[in-house]
Amino acid sequence: MTHIGYLLAGWGIALVVLGLYGCGVVRRGRRLSRSVPEGERRWMTAKGESQGG
Amino acid sequence: MADGRTSTGSSGSRLLGVITLVGLASLLLFAFVLTEPDVRLHPTTGEKFGQFDAVRLIYLHVPMAVLTYAAFLTCAASSAFYLVRRGAWWDVTAHASAEVGTVFCGLVLVTGSIWGRPVWNTWWEWGDVRLMTTLVLFLLFTGYLALRRTAADPQRQARRAAAVALIAVLDIPLINRSVEWWENRTLHQQSTLAELKIEDLTLFTLMLGFLVFGLVFAWLMLHRFRVGWLEQAQARHDVTLAIAERQAEMETLDVGAAIGESGGEK
Amino acid sequence: MRELLIDARLIAIKDLRIEARSRVLLNQVAPFALLVLVLFGFALDADQRTLRSFAPGLFWVAVLLAALLAVQRSTSLERADDAQTGLRLSGMAPSSVFLGKAAAVFLQLAVLEVLLTIGIVVLYGSQVDDPVLLILTAATAAVAVAATGTLYGALASGLGARETLLPILLLPVLAPVLIGATRSFDDALGTAAVDGWAWLGLLAVFGLVATALGALAHGAMIEN
Repeated sequence: MTHIGYLLAGWGIALVVLGLYGCGVVRRGRRLSRSVPEGERRWMTAKGESQGG
Repeated sequence: MADGRTSTGSSGSRLLGVITLVGLASLLLFAFVLTEPDVRLHPTTGEKFGQFDAVRLIYLHVPMAVLTYAAFLTCAASSAFYLVRRGAWWDVTAHASAEVGTVFCGLVLVTGSIWGRPVWNTWWEWGDVRLMTTLVLFLLFTGYLALRRTAADPQRQARRAAAVALIAVLDIPLINRSVEWWENRTLHQQSTLAELKIEDLTLFTLMLGFLVFGLVFAWLMLHRFRVGWLEQAQARHDVTLAIAERQAEMETLDVGAAIGESGGEK
Repeated sequence: MRELLIDARLIAIKDLRIEARSRVLLNQVAPFALLVLVLFGFALDADQRTLRSFAPGLFWVAVLLAALLAVQRSTSLERADDAQTGLRLSGMAPSSVFLGKAAAVFLQLAVLEVLLTIGIVVLYGSQVDDPVLLILTAATAAVAVAATGTLYGALASGLGARETLLPILLLPVLAPVLIGATRSFDDALGTAAVDGWAWLGLLAVFGLVATALGALAHGAMIEN
């Protein structure tokens, strides 16, 4: 396979950055949702329990 | 965490996440193992030419580029809706798509540069229209995100951010036109997909790339939207809390005054 | 329409009168712009041939940097003593406020451009081949920069960290103006064989769109 370094760098950087960004977003969400009262987290209801969102 | 009540995850988004990961794995399989490198034979000299294995970066770069434009268009459309309808939903969507779009845009520039080094023999090409337009777009939306991070009245900030997004998108045709005239040459033209030796499997892998990165994009958007929504809910909640605290304070003060005590701290 | 222009003229005269009394542009911004030209000279080595061939681009970068200062000055006038509220109470249409402020910035930029043109002729040894194209380009690009700058100045005002926010918002938007004006100057100063008049057209389109957009959007930007 030619250009192996370029391939690893391109795919590696892209996947790592996307992964880190995704983790960051999820972590932000966790931190925030702890400080928001239950009723305001409208999509996080368990099955069958509807909050009308 | 697993009950999902204190995160932006839901059963739907978790399913989407699993599908996305499986998709990424299969895309890697197709891009690196199943497809052939781009090697062509010159019709007269019989010399080998083409992108060789560097073509495997295309399955990553092109879908992300298309999604970047989709994200910025979403941001502009939501901004326009926000200015007309003033719904918080549109504002959060605009912010989320701008942020995810900027991440994608940065990666498009980086992967394009890495791909350009072996194929065009340069990390950066000033005369290329799409490259320059994308770079200016990246800078425009960096400014948008900077504006989003300033301390200001949320509604005022939302309105101004919407204006910035709309102007940024309106500016794109002008930037594109001016760069095109600027150095009447473009490398992208010489080596676009049109000239690539496209076989069924190559085309399929590219389409799979669109699908998989579309899923990545959707997953990120979903979570980023929920984070934005939580931010707004938290701001509202903080205000309610502060009002309640002040009211409680006032009541203690009144009682304190009535029974002749000094102050009602604590 | 006539009232709009009369009000705009009043605003422009107000801003220019403040400038005439405070001399911020003349004593700070103009020397800064010339300083930028000198710094380019130091940075690019004192070879006049190099400097002359880069003169159009260096000229417009200097204009853009000075324009940032001029715009910041123009918007800070309205923040001091809450002049913004006074303006809103005056009952003038936001569009005329925008046109007036943009016109004042335009005139200040025009003065700067004259100084900078003298600067590149003296310091870089530029020669003016086509004075008509040069003047028209300078004027059209100044309209585009003044209109866009005034709009973004209003946009950034009232937000935190506006001084640092304005450049990152404004400069990428002005990228087409920088390219167009530089290429047009390439023709006017004879540093490259390009058709400057076509670029002038692009600048004119940009200037018109920015002025119309600014006049329409200014009300929404300053409403609170």
